[in-house]
Amino acid sequence: MTVRLKVNGMAREGRCPPRKLLVDFLREDLALTGTHVGCEHGICGACTILFNGEAARSCLLLAVQADGAELMTVEGLVRDGALHPLQEAFREHHGLQCGFCTPGMLLTALDLLRAHPEPTEDDIREGLSAVLCRCTGYHGIIKAVQAAAPRLR
Amino acid sequence: MKPPRFDYHAPRTIDEAVALLARYGGDAKPLAGGQSLVPLLNFRLARPAALIDLNRIPALAGIREVDGHVAFGAMTRQRAVEFSPVVARALPLLTEATRWVGHLPIRSRGTIGGSIAHADPSAEYPAVLTALDGIVIARGQKGERELTAAALFESYLTTTLAPDELLTEVRLPVMPAGAGWAFEEFARRHGDFALVGVAAALWRDGGRWTARLATAGAGPVPVRLRDAEAIIARDGVGEEAVAAAAARAAELVQPDGDLHASADYRRNLTRVLTGRALRKAVGRAK
Repeated sequence: MTVRLKVNGMAREGRCPPRKLLVDFLREDLALTGTHVGCEHGICGACTILFNGEAARSCLLLAVQADGAELMTVEGLVRDGALHPLQEAFREHHGLQCGFCTPGMLLTALDLLRAHPEPTEDDIREGLSAVLCRCTGYHGIIKAVQAAAPRLR
Repeated sequence: MKPPRFDYHAPRTIDEAVALLARYGGDAKPLAGGQSLVPLLNFRLARPAALIDLNRIPALAGIREVDGHVAFGAMTRQRAVEFSPVVARALPLLTEATRWVGHLPIRSRGTIGGSIAHADPSAEYPAVLTALDGIVIARGQKGERELTAAALFESYLTTTLAPDELLTEVRLPVMPAGAGWAFEEFARRHGDFALVGVAAALWRDGGRWTARLATAGAGPVPVRLRDAEAIIARDGVGEEAVAAAAARAAELVQPDGDLHASADYRRNLTRVLTGRALRKAVGRAK
């Protein structure tokens, strides 16, 4: 089936069978490998993207369901070669170690900060519990999101 | 871990979806938010011949307040429920329960109808449907019917919906003005499947209290704790009555033990969480 969609503001198109997961379509058909494949059953959050502006697991969506949708992946955070304020904050506060969970963390955090522009530390902890960090480096990630919140308001 | 092959249909109307379900005679699965079904496909625990994707049926989404009820199209996202001012005012118990459903990225896709039709015993929405005397509307080729929670939930992941029937709407009665509410739940980590959850609502009518209590995770289907409600109706909401209702609640459930918790532990959780939910609801009642 043909899938026409917008990814990071650009019109894209691909053909795939109905059973192809959206995360595999992004990585294999559109060569956007920033979105990571972790558990493939919605637990780890590494594949989180924005689907029509809302964070969602791309391993729990079929690519054909994204026909007509607007997506944002980690590649879409950079503007004119400059890191997104959230990415800057992750760098400043040691918010990544191996980097595997980082794309999912960033997009989950972006959605969280849009839904709750002035989050408490508890809000951030609860919100980020949607993504697992296999390095267990949560403290730096939480600090980074706290630091980014006022910059995104 | 990729889904097996299936035929894919994305109908635009409810009638088309029902006709497709009938055509596959029980071998097709409706795809709502996919937050439970797609993991089952990825694990190949489910191998339906076809998926009927409901995401392109506009008539299935939306929240409307009508005649003392709030009606939810089955495809209303949990996220829409969470942030709905109508729900916050009319059904604060549902708003609170929604925050226990997975995580925000799960709630972006997960739907109220999908959660109820999936009938996972540890899920929050079936407990709320049970506590508040809600109904669901199912449409099949022979027409529509209304089902109460008791008529819908049969066992683990099993409902009385016929293979050609689609759950199209969920209706919950507006909570009385001044009602208190609480959804209490215990899981090892926030967002995990509940070991046990308890939905509570209570309000005063003249001098008498009415309580509504239902469980998640304490048996194969949600359990309405009517004998515990009767203690509140008879003895009020003092600490002694609340403790007695909580103790009674533990006697009303028949939980199973599994890898995550023994039956005794779940029974004890039912007591503890019923007490907590009642106390919180009393504090919020006006």
